[in-house]
Amino acid sequence: MKFNRLIKTIFLSEFVKGLYLAIKFIFKPKATINYPFEKGPISPRFRGEHALRRYPNGEERCIACKLCEAACPAQAITIESEPNNDGSRKTTRYDIDMVKCIYCGLCQEACPVDAIVQGPNFEFTTETREELYFTKDKLLENGDRWETEIANNIKLDKQYR
Amino acid sequence: MLSEYLNIIFLDSLKILSLVIPVLIAVAMIVWVDRRVWGLVQLRKGPNVVGPFGLLQTVADALKYIFKEIIIPAGANKIIFILAPVVTMSLALLAWAVIPFGENIYVTNINVGILYLFAVSSLGVYGIIMAGWASNSKYPFLGALRSAAQMVSYEVSIGFVIVTVLLCVGSLNLVDIVIAQKKIWFAIPLFPMFVIFFISALAETNRPPFDLPEAEAELVAGYQTEYSGMMYALFWLGEYANILLMCAMGSVLFLGGWLPPIDVYPLNIVPAPIWLVVKILLLFIVFALIKAIVPRYRYDQLMRLGWKVFLPISLVWVIIVSGFLVYFKMLPVN
Repeated sequence: MKFNRLIKTIFLSEFVKGLYLAIKFIFKPKATINYPFEKGPISPRFRGEHALRRYPNGEERCIACKLCEAACPAQAITIESEPNNDGSRKTTRYDIDMVKCIYCGLCQEACPVDAIVQGPNFEFTTETREELYFTKDKLLENGDRWETEIANNIKLDKQYR
Repeated sequence: MLSEYLNIIFLDSLKILSLVIPVLIAVAMIVWVDRRVWGLVQLRKGPNVVGPFGLLQTVADALKYIFKEIIIPAGANKIIFILAPVVTMSLALLAWAVIPFGENIYVTNINVGILYLFAVSSLGVYGIIMAGWASNSKYPFLGALRSAAQMVSYEVSIGFVIVTVLLCVGSLNLVDIVIAQKKIWFAIPLFPMFVIFFISALAETNRPPFDLPEAEAELVAGYQTEYSGMMYALFWLGEYANILLMCAMGSVLFLGGWLPPIDVYPLNIVPAPIWLVVKILLLFIVFALIKAIVPRYRYDQLMRLGWKVFLPISLVWVIIVSGFLVYFKMLPVN
């Protein structure tokens, strides 16, 4: 037993084995994704940047029920509302403080009309803090920009809800 | 008279520049090779964005370091603190003067070339000790202490390894050492010595598994802790220049320097420097592979390996080799 160990030590057998393994690994396919150039797959449930959606006729979905504001554990959402001239209730202010937001997804769970959703976009870094205080305009713009992806994700995820 | 001096100065500086600039470029490339090999072993791709295949990554890093602020700690000994990286870098470049890239391609060809090489590479420890002491902070100091003890221990066995080679050559001249390997590279008859040299070179250049002087996990970054900006980069480049030098030393002493593996037609028309560069690169890739596969030694294990294993083995081999040479009357000089 001890003699074996001595022979192994003298001929650096463990070391040579390790070296062989390292050389074998050099030629294996790599696990890296070249991130900015190629991106990994994202689940339809991915909770990224928020967006406010519209109905296909352009009307805002949000009915200012303030369930999301109540559900938000980080208290990142601020809503003010007024009756519209057609009698429906609409928001006059819908702010999300993305610095406070913890991306838990409870706002989109709470929403009865699928108005506030978290889209697949996670690349919305900014250079100042102020740009991360999302206003209603910004959220609606996000909704317009990501509508196809968001609608598709909601459709894909429907069967599990 | 004056024109003669000017001529000598001008020609010599041209000669030196034509060595130093390729070496510096090689150092930059070798950092890339190191990171790339390390990445490939870990199933990553390594730097591949800046320039073709990421080759300009080191240039980008160096540019970044140049624009960073150099912070000198309030308690530091300013002169020595600034001098330390300069010493490390310049010593690493100094030793290249005697490396022969071909039978007539060298900056200087001194008769005690190997001794000069050994002396300059040993002086490298001063850069680290100066850095550790001048920082006036505990982690750099501990790192410098470790490095001093480590480098001194492993130099002893490197010394004996060199002695065995010298016994077979009969000359301290590096060109003679390479020419003596025309029949067979010393790596083959002196293989155990080659392995000892290689492992000691790892210890000498503070590479894993002997990277105790910097030991990120325990000493923050060892002797480099207080350094920032270009001074840190100088340390880093000096370290790689040293590694490259050790690879060059290994190829000159054991792998037949600029000589082709076998003296046959398509191999012996390849220019001599290319052979040396290829050998250095191959040795360096092994260096990089080892970095990827080994964990760090504990300090007492490091000392045990140096003093209780390598020193006796290399001593015994010196005796065996000299006995063999005397018995079979193969001594190169009478």
